Amino acid sequence: MILLTQYTLIFASILILVALGGCVSEHSGVINLGLEGIMVIGALGGALVMKYLPAGTSPFVIVILTMMAAIVAGTVYSSLLAVACINFKADQTIIGTALNLLGVAAATVAVKAINIAEDPNNTSSEIVYREGRQAFLTDIGGFELNVFMIIAFVVLIGIAVMLYKTRFGLRLMACGEHPQAADSVGINVYKMRWAGVLLSGALGGLGGIVYITAGVSQWMFENGVAGFGFLALAVMIFGQWKPKHIAWAALLFGFFRALGNVHSGFDFLKALDLPSGVYNMLPYAVSLIVLAFTSKRSRAPKAEGIPYDKGSR
Amino acid sequence: MKYVRAFFKNNGVQSLLSSILCVIIGVLLGYVALLIINAEGAWEAITHVMMNFFTWPEDGPFRLRYFAQTVVYTVPLLMCSLSILFSYKVGLFNIGASGQYMAGAGIAIYAAIAWQMPWYVCLLLAVAAGAVIGAISGALKAYCNVNEVISGIMLNWIILYSVNMLLSSDITKSPTAETYHILHKNPDAMLPTLGLEELVGGYQYFTIAVPIAILVAIAVSIILSKTKFGYELKATGNNKNAAKYCGMREKRNIIVTLCISGALAGLGAALFYLTDIKQWEVNASSVNAMGFNGIAAAFLGCLDPIGAIIASFFIQHITFGGGYIDLSVYSSQISSLISSIIIYLCGFVLFFKYCVNHLIDRSEERKKKREEAALAAEENEVGGDVK
Amino acid sequence: MEEQFAIEMLNITKVFPGIIANDNITLQLKKGEIHALLGENGAGKSTLMSVLFGLYQPEQGIIKKDGVEVKINNPNDANDLGIGMVHQHFKLVECFTVLDNIILGVEPNKYGFLQKSEARKKVLELSEKYGLHVDPDAYIEDITVGMQQRTEILKMLYRDNEILIFDEPTAVLTPQEIDELMQIMKNLAAEGKSILFISHKLNEIKAVADRCTVLRKGKYIGTVNTKDATIEELSAMMVGRNVNFHVEKTPAKPGDVVLEVEGLTVASKIHKNNAVKNVSFKVRAGEIVCIAGIDGNGQTELVYGITGLEPVKSGTVKLNGVDITKASIRKRSVSGMSHIPEDRHKHGLVLDYSLEDNLILQTYFKRDFTNAAGFLRRNNIREYANRLIEMYDIRSGQGPVTKARSMSGGNQQKAIVAREIDKNPDLLVAVQPTRGLDVGAIEYIHKQLINHRDQGHACLLVSLELDEVMDVPDRILVMYEGEIVGELDPKKTTQEELGLYMAGAKRDEVAE
Repeated sequence: MILLTQYTLIFASILILVALGGCVSEHSGVINLGLEGIMVIGALGGALVMKYLPAGTSPFVIVILTMMAAIVAGTVYSSLLAVACINFKADQTIIGTALNLLGVAAATVAVKAINIAEDPNNTSSEIVYREGRQAFLTDIGGFELNVFMIIAFVVLIGIAVMLYKTRFGLRLMACGEHPQAADSVGINVYKMRWAGVLLSGALGGLGGIVYITAGVSQWMFENGVAGFGFLALAVMIFGQWKPKHIAWAALLFGFFRALGNVHSGFDFLKALDLPSGVYNMLPYAVSLIVLAFTSKRSRAPKAEGIPYDKGSR
Repeated sequence: MKYVRAFFKNNGVQSLLSSILCVIIGVLLGYVALLIINAEGAWEAITHVMMNFFTWPEDGPFRLRYFAQTVVYTVPLLMCSLSILFSYKVGLFNIGASGQYMAGAGIAIYAAIAWQMPWYVCLLLAVAAGAVIGAISGALKAYCNVNEVISGIMLNWIILYSVNMLLSSDITKSPTAETYHILHKNPDAMLPTLGLEELVGGYQYFTIAVPIAILVAIAVSIILSKTKFGYELKATGNNKNAAKYCGMREKRNIIVTLCISGALAGLGAALFYLTDIKQWEVNASSVNAMGFNGIAAAFLGCLDPIGAIIASFFIQHITFGGGYIDLSVYSSQISSLISSIIIYLCGFVLFFKYCVNHLIDRSEERKKKREEAALAAEENEVGGDVK
Repeated sequence: MEEQFAIEMLNITKVFPGIIANDNITLQLKKGEIHALLGENGAGKSTLMSVLFGLYQPEQGIIKKDGVEVKINNPNDANDLGIGMVHQHFKLVECFTVLDNIILGVEPNKYGFLQKSEARKKVLELSEKYGLHVDPDAYIEDITVGMQQRTEILKMLYRDNEILIFDEPTAVLTPQEIDELMQIMKNLAAEGKSILFISHKLNEIKAVADRCTVLRKGKYIGTVNTKDATIEELSAMMVGRNVNFHVEKTPAKPGDVVLEVEGLTVASKIHKNNAVKNVSFKVRAGEIVCIAGIDGNGQTELVYGITGLEPVKSGTVKLNGVDITKASIRKRSVSGMSHIPEDRHKHGLVLDYSLEDNLILQTYFKRDFTNAAGFLRRNNIREYANRLIEMYDIRSGQGPVTKARSMSGGNQQKAIVAREIDKNPDLLVAVQPTRGLDVGAIEYIHKQLINHRDQGHACLLVSLELDEVMDVPDRILVMYEGEIVGELDPKKTTQEELGLYMAGAKRDEVAE
C-alpha cells in the first residue's frame, strides 16, 4: 500500500510538471505536442550530469545540478518548437511530432556515441545513474520520499500564482485568448509565446528526468518516455487548463500508472491473474475514456494553435 | 525570365524543390552529427547511408537482392504514408497509423497461424482491423471532440499491449519470443509471388505486395483528385464550416476518412508480415515506428500519393543505409535522426513557398517598373536594350 | 495666429504592391474637436490609421504632435504619445474581467505581482466622471456590446490618452446606445480630449462632428466644417457621384406561403438561455421579408435553425407546406432552399478551391457534375462556371480556375449570390448579403434579390444596416432578445420607430 502511494505520488508529480508545461504553452497560444521529445532531451541532460558527477558529490549538489541540466536541456530543445511555430508559423502538429521523433533519435545517437567512445563493445543506449538517483530519495519509514514530489507541489503553486496573480500571467493568457487584443495594448505576442513555450520546455525537461528516475536506476534512451508526454496532455485537457484541476487529474492518472508497477503486490489483484499487459495499457485506456467524456465541454484557450501574424490584425 | 518565374510559381515545382531542400539539409545535418561523433569516418558513413544497396558490387547478386529487400520494406511504409496523407487532406493528423498498423499485423499473423486462414482472408481481416481502429479515433473526434492526435497515441499503446497479449499465446509464439514463421505453420497464408521474385534474383519475399501497393497509391491519387468523394473530403479539410453549410456530412466524413486511413495502414501491415520476412516480437515495449516514419514520407512526398512512393522508398533507403555504417563507431539510428530532421523541416515548407512567391512578386514588380520607365523614355531610342 | 493641432498627418503616401492605399493625404485634428474621417470601404481610412499607429511606415509624409514632428514605429509609440483607439472589432479578452482588460498592458504591479485595488479606484472614478457605467468585475463574455464598448473607452481614458480614435463605433449599437455614445463623445471633447471619428454614416457625422475629412479611393478629397455642408454634399464627396439612395422596385404581389416558422426555439451556443424564443412568422412567394435587429439578438441562430446548421429545441419549420424541422441541410437545399451565409469566409466559400469548384458547392453531387461512378464531370463543371461568371459578371484573375482566396470581397460575394440564386430556389435566405461591400456591389446584390422576388419566389433577408432594412424588403420583422417584437411596413415606418423596436423600447404582440 505504501508502495502504491509512493508510485502514485511520483507519477502524479511527473504528470503535474509536464501537464503544467503544456498548460503554460497553450495559455500563450501554442499547442506543444512535442512534450514527449522534450521530456527525452531533458532526461538525457539530467542523466548525463548524474553520470559525470564525481562519486561522493553531496546529494544537494547532485539534485540542483541534475535539475538545472534537465531544465536547460528541455528549454533549449523547446526553442526549436518556438522558432518554427511562432516565427515561421509552421504547423504545430507536424513540428511537435517531429520533435518527439527527433528527441528519441538524437538522444539515442548521442548516448550510443558516448557509450561506444568509452567502450567499443558497449553499443547500447543505456545510461546508469544508481548513485545519482539515491540523492533524490529520503526514506521515511518505508516510504521513499522523492524530492521531486515536493518540487512538483511547489511548481504547482508557483504556476497557479503566476497565471492568476502576476502581470506576466495576465499577459500570457491574453496572448492565448486574443493575441490581437494583447498586441493592441503593446504586448509583444511573439515574446510572450516564446516565454510560454520555453517555460513549457523547462517543465517538460524537468518532468523527463523525474520520469526516468521514478522507479529505475538506468535508462534505455531508445525507448523514449512511452507516451508520457501525451498522457500529460490528456491530464491537461481533463484538468481544463487550470492548475488545480490538473493536480487532481494527475493524481488519478498517476494512480493507474502506479498500478502497472505494483499490481503483483496486491493479493486480490494477483488472484484475478490478469496478464501484465492489461495493467500496462490501463493508464492509456483510462485517459482515452476520460477524454471521451470530458472533451465535449472543454474550454481551450481560444487562439491556441493559430499562428499569430502581426499583419492580419 | 518570364518562363523562369512561371516555372517557380507552379505549386508542384515549389513542392518538389522544397522537398529536395529538406532532404539536402536533413542529410547535411546528419553528416554534421557524424562529424561530431567521429570526424574520421564520417564521410564514409554518410555515403554508406545514402548508398544502401549500391554499396554492393554491380555484378554480384547482392545488389539486386538488397534493392528488393528495400522495396519490400518500402511497401508498409508507403501504405502508412498514404494513410497519413489521406487523412491530412481532410485536416486530420492520423498519428494513430502506427496503432492501426500494429492491429493489422496482429490480426493477420493470428489468423494465419492460429486460424489457418488463406492469405487473402488474413489480408482482409488486417484491413478490417485497421479500419475499425481508425473508425474509433474518428468517432471519438466526431462525437466526443477528442483530438485525434491524442486518441491516436493512446490507441497506439493500447494496441501494442493488446497485440502482444494476443500473440503471446502458445499457438502463435515460438520459444524465441517471436511469432512462428508463417511458412512453417501455414504456407497458404503467404502472399503469392506470381514469379515476381525472378525479376530480383530470386528474392523470395518479393511478392504481389509490391504491385498491390503501387496500385493502391494510384487509386488514392485518383480518389482524391477526380471523384466526388475526394471533392467532399478536401472541402471538409479546407473549410469544415463550409462543408457543413453545403450539406456535406462532416462527422460521417471524419469517420469514413479515418476508417479508410486505418484500412490503408492495416493493409500495409498485412502486405509486410504475410511475406514472412519478419516476425512479431511479443515483448516489444515501444510502438512500431512504421506509422511515424510514414509521417516523414507523407510530408516529404508533398502529400501527393505518387510523391509518397518516391519519398517512402527514399526514407527506407536511408534507413537500411544506416545499417551499412561502422556500428562500432556510429549507431544506425543516424537514419532516424535524418528522417526526423526532415519532418521538422517539412514544417517550414509553407514558409519556403511564401518566400519564393514573395521573391517572384518582387521581381515582377521591378520588371513592371522598368517597363514603365522604359515606356516613359521610349521616344528617344528605338527598342531599348533588354538587360 | 496659428491654430493648435493635437495631431497632424501631412501628405501621407502609403503604397502596397499594386495599389496606392494612401495618396498624399493630410489630416489635421484640432485640440478638443470631434473630427470625422469619412470614406467608403477601401477608401484608405484603415491604412491611414495603421500609419498613425506605426503598423505601417509611410513612403512619404510626416506626423506632428502639438506641432512637433514625431516618429511612430509601433503602437507603443502611439500609446506613449497619448493616442488611443476603439477598434471596430473590440480588442477584449472574453474570459477576463472588465478591470483585467482595462489594465492589460499597463498593469499596476509590485515586483510583477498585480495590484488591482488602485486600478479599480481609478476606473471607478473615470466611469463616474464621464458617465461610462460598467461593473469592473464582470466578465466580458457576460456583458452587452454597449458595455464592452464603454470598457474600450475606459481603456483609453485609463491610459490618460488625449487623442481618442473611434473606428466605426456605431455599427454594433442600437439607435439609443448610439445617442448615448454621441453624448459621451461630446463630454469627452468638452473635457479637452481630441476625437477622431471614423464613419461612413452621414447623419451621425452631421450630428456630432465639428469638421470632416473625406477620403475616396485612397485620395484626399477635402476637409469641411460639418455645419456648412449638407448630407447630400458629404455623400457626393464620399462616393464621387450622386448615389441613388432608394432601391427601385414595384409593389410586392405576395402569393402562397413558402416558409412557415412556428414556435421556433433555438438554444444559444454562448449562454444558457435560448437564443431564439418561440418565434413564428410566414414568408410568402413574391415578397421579401426582412429580419431587422441589432447584432446578437438571435438572428444568427434563427437562420441556423431554418437552414439546419444547428438543431432546434422546439417548434416547426415548413417549406412549401412540408415539415423540414428535422431534415438534413442537404435535404433542405434540394427541396428549394438557398442560403447566402452571414460570413462568406467561414461558411460561404472553400477559399483554397478554385472559383469553379466553389460555384458547384451546392450542386456538385447532381448528375450534371458527377457521373454514376462517382467521378466529377470536369467539362460540364467548366461550362457551367463560365456561364455563371458571364451572367453574374464575376471578375477574377484567371476565370474559373482562380483560387477563391485571391478574389476581391465583392466578387467572392457575387460568386455566392450567383451560386445560390442560380439554383432557382423557392426560398432564398440572405444574411447580411452586402456586408463589407462597396456601393456598386451593394446595388447589384439588392437588384438580384428584387429580381428573384419578381420571379415569384420568397426571400428572407437578415440585415443590420438600417438603410437596407428600410429600402429593400416588403415587410420588416424586428427581433429583440430572441423574440419578434414588431412587424413594420417599410413604407410607413421611420428609422426612429424602427430603432425603438430594435432597442426593445417598444413592442407589440405580433400575430404571426
